[in-house]
Amino acid sequence: MKHTVSVLVENRAGVLARIAGLFARRGFNIDSLAVGETNDPTISRITIVADGDDHTAQQLEKQLNKLVDTIKVRTLSPDELLARELQLIKLNATPAQRSEILTICEVMGGKIVDMTPTSITIEISDSPEHLQRFRALIEGYGIKEIVRTGTIAIQKGVVTIR
Amino acid sequence: MIRAAAAMVKCLEAEGINCVFGYPGAAICPFYDELYSSDIHHVLVRHEANAGHAASGYARMTNRPAVCIATSGPGATNLLTAIATAYADSIPLICITGQVSTDQIGCDVFQEVDITGAAEPFVKYSYLVKDANDIPRIFKEAFYLAGTGRKGPVLIDVPQDVQNVQIDFEYPYDIKMRTYKPTYKGNPLQIQRICDAVNKAQRPLLCVGGGIFLSGAEREVAEFAKKACIPAVSTMMGLSIFPTDHPMYVGMIGMHGLRSANTAMNSCDTIIMIGARVGDRAVRSPSFLAEGKTVIHIDVDPAEIGKNIPVDIPLVGDCKVILSELCEMEYDNDHSDWIEQVFDIKNAVPENEETEGYINPKVFIRKLSDRLPDDTVCVADVGSNQIWTCNHYGFRKGARFLTTGGMGTMGYSLPCGIGAKMAAPEREVVVICGDGSFQMQLMELATIIQENISVKIIVMKNKRLGMVRELQTKCYDDRLIATDIGNYPDFVALANSYGIEADRVSTMAEAEEKIEKLASSKKAYLLECNVYKLESTL
Ligand SMILES: Cc1ncc(C[n+]2csc(CCOP(=O)(O)OP(=O)(O)O)c2C)c(N)n1
Ligand SMILES: [Mg+2]
Repeated sequence: MKHTVSVLVENRAGVLARIAGLFARRGFNIDSLAVGETNDPTISRITIVADGDDHTAQQLEKQLNKLVDTIKVRTLSPDELLARELQLIKLNATPAQRSEILTICEVMGGKIVDMTPTSITIEISDSPEHLQRFRALIEGYGIKEIVRTGTIAIQKGVVTIR
Repeated sequence: MIRAAAAMVKCLEAEGINCVFGYPGAAICPFYDELYSSDIHHVLVRHEANAGHAASGYARMTNRPAVCIATSGPGATNLLTAIATAYADSIPLICITGQVSTDQIGCDVFQEVDITGAAEPFVKYSYLVKDANDIPRIFKEAFYLAGTGRKGPVLIDVPQDVQNVQIDFEYPYDIKMRTYKPTYKGNPLQIQRICDAVNKAQRPLLCVGGGIFLSGAEREVAEFAKKACIPAVSTMMGLSIFPTDHPMYVGMIGMHGLRSANTAMNSCDTIIMIGARVGDRAVRSPSFLAEGKTVIHIDVDPAEIGKNIPVDIPLVGDCKVILSELCEMEYDNDHSDWIEQVFDIKNAVPENEETEGYINPKVFIRKLSDRLPDDTVCVADVGSNQIWTCNHYGFRKGARFLTTGGMGTMGYSLPCGIGAKMAAPEREVVVICGDGSFQMQLMELATIIQENISVKIIVMKNKRLGMVRELQTKCYDDRLIATDIGNYPDFVALANSYGIEADRVSTMAEAEEKIEKLASSKKAYLLECNVYKLESTL
């Protein structure tokens, strides 16, 4: 099962290595990881999506809490979170295919950010599920390269993690 | 303004440190240069791992963080085994390492190693000091982290140039850490639930571990067992919390434990694990054990609770605080049938049988403990020798047992004994080790003689890596490989060459006389015991 964990940590050198090392040691595979400063520059937020059973997830939350640099850990349940991921996709595209691809992008919320006679580069940001659907639509043209950020997530409504 | 290296020494002084264990090298020389003019006593060990193990022994006797020191590169990596060993047993250490100069970090210069990176999986926390002005704060935090909550080793890596910077020194009074707040007091609701569970139980059992020593709760746990009328078993790390013949104490559990203790574990209906992390050597199949029982787990580390065994009543907090709280509650059940049942289970008694020319280590260790003072500190190494000690040394009131339970690090006992003796010079310290493990630490004979540390050493010479030999016999069809260590060296001659008095014992008939000589010696003493090569662990 996929778990989305939001961790607030001290914004210091070495913290990311500690967190990542912890996942590796406890046999947890990280699917994606995103780090960034929060509105308080002394605090960073790390969003981790990882795969594992519930017991391991629970253990992991406890082990994360145990790290001296950890301020707060929250495992977000799928129905309370808004998740976003940004992808840059370089696609094979002949001039004849362009308008088709443009239509897909328009409908699905993609943006063309670069173009050559043989390729198109698309930028798209949405939920991981939406991006999966988008991918299915464009795959047929031939993907040359994909670059994606880790998933970031925030809770719905007024609640915050701090 | 003072030199940062001087500030490091002042930090140690401010923490009340008066004895440290270490081994110098270029990268840590500024610090040693300042140690020169300090009253702190430096014990020069002969290998950095032993600096860590000695500090471990010292920390366990004082129940405060103890300090070990190594230089950069190989010095620091030599220390790693000791750090990992301390981490596994939650022993508070401050490990100070020298590092190459800041401008050289990352250039793979001579004796550079990323020691904070290497040690990361088994330190409670680590610091690479980049700004000398942080030194007072870092030391303050390090001592606090190592010695509170779930204790453990903290590493401070200090580049050589940083040690030479001039700084304003003031040792901080307060600690400002927003993230680290260990829980000490037990949740009152959970305390009540535990009390109710004990009162409801027909067959309650207390299982005590090393956490009891770490929180200094020896007295409280005995009081609780008495007040609530609950018999107790212990893990290996919990040995000597209760005297061996305490009326409520059954014995050590686990794969090398007593039949009575393991039977009690299996047949109880309510189990209170306290300061014990349910390690695999203590409880082989925890979920099986938990079936049909009420499991209560008390630990200062929330991550230990529910990690290895499903728990009905979890309680996070300090053992001493919680046990005092539990002692305040009312208990109305004397569990006398159950207690009778538990103490009715008989254990195999070691036969007095002797193999010609050898001592029986089990009987010998019993005789040894009979002769040594009540408050003796007994340190066992790893292997059959360790299990013989666990199962046959008679701990009386005031005795203390030390060993490495979590890591099983061969070579721990002698340096640990050195540290223990430095911390408690008025107490007898006896080290029991195997001929294999002794050869991983025999360089410390030099430390003993140089520092005039009067530890007593028993070397069980079975000419084998006995415990592994036994494993090969039982599980690998007796295909013995790499476990015959031969009849080397002559440990008596070896000890003598260091100027340490030594003797050899080969028959039980002379055992008492030889033990008497060892026990009445005022100096360090080594006794080589000839043990039959096939002597069994259990
Ligand atoms: C550093 C280290 N290396 C290897 C082992 C594996 N090991 C466990 S017990 C043992 C045999 C120890 O031999 P000895 O000290 O002679 O004790 P005996 O079992 O013969 O009493 C070994 C090699 C270990 N625990 N620690
Ligand atoms: Mg041996």
